[in-house]
Amino acid sequence: MFQSFLTKLIANKPAFIGALIVLAMFIISWLAPVLSPHDPSAISVAQRLRPPGTQGHLLGTDSLGRDILSRMIWGSRVSLKVGFVAVGLSTLIGLILGALSGYHGGLVDAAIMRFCDLMLCFPSMFLILAVIAILEPSIWNVMAVIGLTSWMGVARLVRAEILSLKNRDFALAAKVLGASDLRIICRHLLPNAMGPILVTATLGVAGAILTESSLSFLGLGVQPPTPTWGSILSEGKNYLHRAWWLSLYPGLAILITVLSYNLLGEGLREALSPHSNRRY
Amino acid sequence: MLAYTIKRLFMMIPTFIGITLISFIVIHLAPGDPTNMVTDLNPQASQSAKKRLTELYGLDKPIHIQYLNWLKNLVTLDLGRSMAPDRRPVIDKIKERLPVTLTLNLCSIFIIICISLPLGLWAAVRAGGWFDRFSTVGVFIFFAAPSFWLALLAMWLFGVNLGWLPISGLKSLNYDSLSFFDRLIDLSKHLVMPVIISSLGGLAGLSRYLRSNMLEIIRQDFLTTARAKGLSERLVIWKHALRNALIPVITILGLSVPGLVGGSVIMESIFAIPGLGQLFYAAVMGRDYPLVMGGLVMGAFLTLIGNFLADLGYALADPRVRDETFR
Repeated sequence: MFQSFLTKLIANKPAFIGALIVLAMFIISWLAPVLSPHDPSAISVAQRLRPPGTQGHLLGTDSLGRDILSRMIWGSRVSLKVGFVAVGLSTLIGLILGALSGYHGGLVDAAIMRFCDLMLCFPSMFLILAVIAILEPSIWNVMAVIGLTSWMGVARLVRAEILSLKNRDFALAAKVLGASDLRIICRHLLPNAMGPILVTATLGVAGAILTESSLSFLGLGVQPPTPTWGSILSEGKNYLHRAWWLSLYPGLAILITVLSYNLLGEGLREALSPHSNRRY
Repeated sequence: MLAYTIKRLFMMIPTFIGITLISFIVIHLAPGDPTNMVTDLNPQASQSAKKRLTELYGLDKPIHIQYLNWLKNLVTLDLGRSMAPDRRPVIDKIKERLPVTLTLNLCSIFIIICISLPLGLWAAVRAGGWFDRFSTVGVFIFFAAPSFWLALLAMWLFGVNLGWLPISGLKSLNYDSLSFFDRLIDLSKHLVMPVIISSLGGLAGLSRYLRSNMLEIIRQDFLTTARAKGLSERLVIWKHALRNALIPVITILGLSVPGLVGGSVIMESIFAIPGLGQLFYAAVMGRDYPLVMGGLVMGAFLTLIGNFLADLGYALADPRVRDETFR
């Protein structure tokens, strides 16, 4: 079963390439201190706004003379951290609320699902910005806010899975044997829903990385001097006339990262779907 | 249809109250006193002035009373006064910005429909062909590209390098001296980049959705029947399949409203367009709580309207939906 899933995933070329890039990003951010050619916050007035390729600055420098390549390598840490912590949080909330809703039904279900609908009514950017305005913008707040505003998809998914599984024979058998509700949910029902949850989480990482970079671009995300892709782009906007490289490379990094997670997510979906026999 | 519309309208009321409740709770998560923002900047503000301010905004009352008062004022469209130095009513500020954002988003929705429909359908009809492959790659790229980055690239290329399009604002400096026709050209020149870039994400999503939906329908039995009774392939695809593929598009468009409204914060602040998004961003930066709350309610209200219109459209297109109300 697992092997056939793996073969399917590897046979899906776009998903495989996506997985490789995701892996490469992990290694790059892990080895950031070794890989980056310069200190990402080393200021050099003599080297301001150098174009790509000058004197060991492969991707140029910013308005304070800091090396763009090094800042991008360190910036990958922020993107990865925010992506995973935010999605971890939203998946956890979605799992708990979805399981409660699907398993108990009735009033609990109605209340949770109405709350879910309400949350979906808010343009998430408005909600996130409002909360950031109230709390101070920082990496932890950004993670928390993205997590707290993106659990609805997981909750609905888990609820639907639990609803379709809870009256099946194996679940009823567990109940007859005297298993507690928690045990039935965690040991018997949720493992069956792991596939779709994994797909949603993978696509969620892509979304969280995009949201974090938009927030940093608006100056309301991770605060300087921490290098992030969004904040380099934010500076790029001010130097559009003189330094196009500030605007090009960090965006390319976001695009490639988000694209890889999306491709991997789509590949997982195809590989986990029993009906799929698409050729590549 | 009328009964369905009325029922759907009434269903919006509890949702709207829920929206106001969440907005209110979010704003009152704030640690400290919102009036600090006003008094901190002025070292001469005395304790009594601060107290007056607290009373003026009703912050000395218990929180549920504050909420009920706020809700009562909301019914008369009174969202309180902005904490910015001009102290203008929030509703006035929102009113003057709303048309800009609506225009921008309606243009975007129009572009999304006009481009994604042919794109998705053609890709599905010729699935596996060169056009399908090409558009699939494009769709994945535009779906993953951050809109503010595409905006920067477009500004750099068309604004800075080629000088074809203006990169900020809605009007040129000499707008008032232009003739009506020239004003129209001036406005559309300013709108081209923001509208196209804000529609790219939705465009990619919708055409992808349409493609997979169409592929699913093409496989179904009723199309085999249509072919078997001798209808031409053109009629089968463009009439029988297309109609069924288009119905869910209405819902998807409704669902894309919050994304578009939220995205207008980014688009409007990049292109310096005086719309609701830019107003909200400024309110967030200035910790103008009444305005943030007003913007939050307005954004959710626009989504609610979008969903409402989508449901009506769906009921118009699919009789099964509207008849269900009477069963």
